[in-house]
Amino acid sequence: MALQDVCGFLETLDDISPCTYLPSEMGYMWRTPFEFDRDSAFHFLFPPQQCRRKNRAPTLFSSAFSSLSPHQQPFHLSHGTTTLGFIFQDGVIAAADTRASCKGLICCPISQKIMPIHSHLVVNTSGSGADCMLWERILTREMRLYQLRHRKRLSVNGAAKLLSMMLHPFKGTNVCVAATLCGWDGDETQEALQSCMEIADVKEAMEHGTSVSTILNKSALGSEKMASINEQDAHALKPTVSDQNTKNVLSTFGGWSGPRVCYVCSDGLQLKGEIISVGSGSPYAYAVLDDGWRWGMTVDEAVALAREAVFRATHWDAYSGNNVDLFHITAHGWRRRDREDLKEEYYRERERKKKMIKDREKERQKREGGELAEGEGDIYSVCCR
Amino acid sequence: MISAQAYGENGKMKEYHYTGPVEHKFSPYAFNGGTVLAVAGEDFAIVASDTRLSEGYSIHSRDSPKCYKLTDTTVLGCSGFHGDCLTLTKIIDARLKMYKHSNNKTMTSGAIAAMLSTILYGRRFFPYYVYNIIGGLDEEGRGAVYSFDPVGSYQRDTYKAGGSASAMLQPLLDNQIGFKNMENVEEVPLTLEKAVQLVKDVFISAAERDVYTGDALKICIITKEGIREEIVPLRKD
Repeated sequence: MALQDVCGFLETLDDISPCTYLPSEMGYMWRTPFEFDRDSAFHFLFPPQQCRRKNRAPTLFSSAFSSLSPHQQPFHLSHGTTTLGFIFQDGVIAAADTRASCKGLICCPISQKIMPIHSHLVVNTSGSGADCMLWERILTREMRLYQLRHRKRLSVNGAAKLLSMMLHPFKGTNVCVAATLCGWDGDETQEALQSCMEIADVKEAMEHGTSVSTILNKSALGSEKMASINEQDAHALKPTVSDQNTKNVLSTFGGWSGPRVCYVCSDGLQLKGEIISVGSGSPYAYAVLDDGWRWGMTVDEAVALAREAVFRATHWDAYSGNNVDLFHITAHGWRRRDREDLKEEYYRERERKKKMIKDREKERQKREGGELAEGEGDIYSVCCR
Repeated sequence: MISAQAYGENGKMKEYHYTGPVEHKFSPYAFNGGTVLAVAGEDFAIVASDTRLSEGYSIHSRDSPKCYKLTDTTVLGCSGFHGDCLTLTKIIDARLKMYKHSNNKTMTSGAIAAMLSTILYGRRFFPYYVYNIIGGLDEEGRGAVYSFDPVGSYQRDTYKAGGSASAMLQPLLDNQIGFKNMENVEEVPLTLEKAVQLVKDVFISAAERDVYTGDALKICIITKEGIREEIVPLRKD
């Protein structure tokens, strides 16, 4: 690669790449870029390059794409949103608003920003609508191919890396995709899981002192450890993959299984974390989430928290609004909550505030009435009687 | 001949007060105006467009409809840059023929919509400046409307307005067809006669307030019997 750069080898890419030439009236040639992807679905057409710089050493991937100067587009693509995803002890919650705006006009008040990829993975998309739609389809295709070839599902981190690599050639162009992958990593092979559980059981029992509720029938070593550490809960459980507690344990120790949230951006940024929120309304959502998030939340608490975060974000951010979509992913797969119109929530909020004011009034009057009753010698109180 | 450089984006004339030296660059796009509307009912679909072709302060033609018949059950409405509209419809016609020859059946509305999305995204870095709306009947005979943005993002709707007067028409459709923002309303399903009357009224209002909309209105009504066309005159000023 270094030699290529020095010699300017890739500069002659125009000659060696398989292109279809269509002369335009200006005399420039249209080019299609070389196939960076062996089975790329797209042949992108580019306008003629305005300035060709000699001695430019492009990187392997981005030569064709980042050097173009796109013509000024007379329209704007849809942007602006609030999406969030977080993990907790019982899975992953993914929530988003449903407004798709386009520089001041709401193109679509009922768009769907959370799209399921497979049974245990859901992606929150934000950025340009068309880009998100297409890249989500490409990712679904690649995940399915992986699953067919390797007979197991690709993990959330793996999917994030894959998407990041696919988006890399477009770095520098105005492709704008910010995707949050929310899913549950589940290992299909049980042996690997059980060996993991052994180690995890010991650690968990020692550190947290909570009960570990699985018995490994296969490994006697495991039960010995169990018995020595924790006499209380040795109730038998099938060593199934869908044991929530174990999942919790494993994910805490960076194991192979559990809830996961991963952020991928078309700039190339990749983040892992517990709470991720993207979009113009994300500061407001983060404020609510940071306040209320605990690992040990129940499902209802988590759902309420996500809903509240999106609601507050839609209230403050002009580019978010309309409805809230909510998905909950567990080891059994994803489940979708009915889309809820936030308009009603505003009315309920107003009722609650009215009620609070009334209660406060009553309190104040009670207090004042009490004070008056105490000061009997006062001339004012005599008049009030 | 009218210089393309006198027009800024969106077809409006640029300021003529001198603000300093300006670099003029060739823009491959122009804005030719026009409004398209599509409504889907229980067993029908309507696609309507005005027939004015304008550029800046001039009208190029009063008889340039923007509805293109694709198959017996699908009509495409495209507004924006007329050059890209023509090329896009030629490409779609070619792809429809190819599909017919290799698969021995006509493309369904949903399939045409998905295909159009990939055609548009293929030009992600030099887009077709066209706002498309497809109206037709799906496989079960129900009305379907698919609306697109210039780079191929699409979804299925019940009604959609696109083009220069879309911002004026969409709220009205939200209220009359979607019954939004109305209290205690009985949601009756839309009949064909009411839908056609609504479309005519809505375009008459658009012609009142939008300079790029007017001259005549062409309505394509798609039912299982076929496609029927109606032409209604609008304001010519």
